[in-house]
Amino acid sequence: MSKELVYLENISKSFDGQMVLDELNLKIHENEFVTLLGPSGCGKTTTLRILGGFTSPDTGRVFFDGQDITNLSPNKRQLNTVFQKYALFTHMTIAENIAFGLKIKKKSKSYINDKIKYALKLVNLEGYENRMPDSLSGGQQQRIAIARAIVNEPKLLLLDEPLGALDLKLRQEMQYELIRMKNELGITFVYVTHDQEEALTMSDTIVVMNQGYIQQIGSPEAIYNEPENAFVADFIGDSNIIPAIMIEDRLVNILDTRFACVDTGFGHNKPVDVVIRPEDVELVEPSEGTIQGVVTHLIFKGVHYEMEVMANGFEWLVHSTTMFPVGKQVGLRVDPFNIQIMNKPESEDEEATAIDI
Amino acid sequence: MRNAARKVYIALIFIFLYAPIVTLMVLSFNASKTRAKWGGFTLKWYSSLFQNRDIMEALVNTLLIAVISSLAATVIGTIACVAMSGMKRRTRSVLLGVTNIPMLNADIVTGISLMLLFISFGFRFGFGTILLSHITFNIPYVILSVMPRMKQLNPSTYEAALDLGASHMTAFFKVIFPDLLPGILSGFLMAFTMSLDDFIITHFTKGAGVDTLSTKIYTEVKKGIKPEMYALSTIIFVTVLLLLILVNTAPGGKNDNKDNKEQ
Repeated sequence: MSKELVYLENISKSFDGQMVLDELNLKIHENEFVTLLGPSGCGKTTTLRILGGFTSPDTGRVFFDGQDITNLSPNKRQLNTVFQKYALFTHMTIAENIAFGLKIKKKSKSYINDKIKYALKLVNLEGYENRMPDSLSGGQQQRIAIARAIVNEPKLLLLDEPLGALDLKLRQEMQYELIRMKNELGITFVYVTHDQEEALTMSDTIVVMNQGYIQQIGSPEAIYNEPENAFVADFIGDSNIIPAIMIEDRLVNILDTRFACVDTGFGHNKPVDVVIRPEDVELVEPSEGTIQGVVTHLIFKGVHYEMEVMANGFEWLVHSTTMFPVGKQVGLRVDPFNIQIMNKPESEDEEATAIDI
Repeated sequence: MRNAARKVYIALIFIFLYAPIVTLMVLSFNASKTRAKWGGFTLKWYSSLFQNRDIMEALVNTLLIAVISSLAATVIGTIACVAMSGMKRRTRSVLLGVTNIPMLNADIVTGISLMLLFISFGFRFGFGTILLSHITFNIPYVILSVMPRMKQLNPSTYEAALDLGASHMTAFFKVIFPDLLPGILSGFLMAFTMSLDDFIITHFTKGAGVDTLSTKIYTEVKKGIKPEMYALSTIIFVTVLLLLILVNTAPGGKNDNKDNKEQ
């Protein structure tokens, strides 16, 4: 792992008596693309604002490159922010917008002009120097906002749901652009979003947050395939979350049926939650299935069919490219590798519910 | 048919509204001293008006008070708006309500209460007291026209400026101020107009020997109406009219900014 760039130590913050962040600890490394992911009100934007210096934490410290910057004002921090609503200066031209930070740092005119050219090239908007922000589309404005931030050569770029206002097609395009820019610039990105797909596409590391707590930190694959608790499993993609009993290592009782799995170390006869992704459930002839059920719903989704299968009192969500009509008897089979066992939520969610009261 | 009726109706309304002023304006160019008959076109009332030292002195007073009071009110009002925008919503709406009251308050009440205030604090009535009261009643008009601009601001632009390394002062003057400028300008012009044509409040807060145009006209008229007064009233009306046109076109001032940039 590369050098540690940011360390948030025991950060707590509440607004009007409402706890938003509770003793949050987070490390961000150099050249990492970190995404803070969670539903609205989970504290992800507050975390970003604390990093940017726009909000100060009630307790805890912020370290940047080894220095304590907790009380440093935003204009003294070596990082830049791309705001949710672009926040371009509407009375300035594109070139003046991009030059804003450089002029304050009293850079030479030729340096500034070179930088403007370079930044516009990077965001694919060459020749837009003299346009006004109002005359640009949302996607273009967002790219200018990014250009304005990166010309200052920050070590860290904070992005607050930068693609939230764009339509789907443009959003996907911008996702690839952002990844390309990050690789070209070699700077650290901290990205805030509530869109799990965006997070999975772009990140090196995803930090899943809920109600002021970090639920899980990991690579996109780890978060998707091995969610640590029901919240993460539910928030990232569709899933079947089923209460079950861990009989022994590598054997779990789901809905009174024994399934082989690969997890160990949960103990004997211990209640757990099981996550099975809908695309991991195979539909087969009843005789070949581990358990049997009846198809109750069928929707065509384009890439696959989405079906619901009632089996042993649980409605299984199934994604399959083969279609089974409603009312058909089917067997369900799951590869042991695709059964993810999770501990029943304990302390974390108890704390989380305590805030609700 | 309906269209014609509509036009007649609008014409009637305008005649009702503007007939008195038009009469006044016509009479100001009437060579005959009586109001009853038209004695030919003349500018002599205007020239004798400009030779009247008392009136010229009142004019200077009026303009000085209007300029100084509206400038002061613009600065105070704009700062108030900046402060209010940082407040919580409830505090802000209460404060906005409080600043609105003086506008709705009857001028005579404002005038008398200011007079009593000046007396009880031992002020000497004169130019200073008129100026103070004009600043007071002008502030709400500035707030009224700056606050909507303030609300339209994207709060992130200020933070974006800080983020790019600007100090709080630089961020305000480079980013917030240009966006507020149209509102500030129209607030200034509105305040200027209000100050220019105020009579009642000035009447109660002026001392002996100091006059603005409106109080001067009032004293002159008491002595008997002279045609010079028609000329003076016409000038005041035209000035206020021009200012109002300016105020109403000022919110489009955004385009002016762009034009200036390109020059």
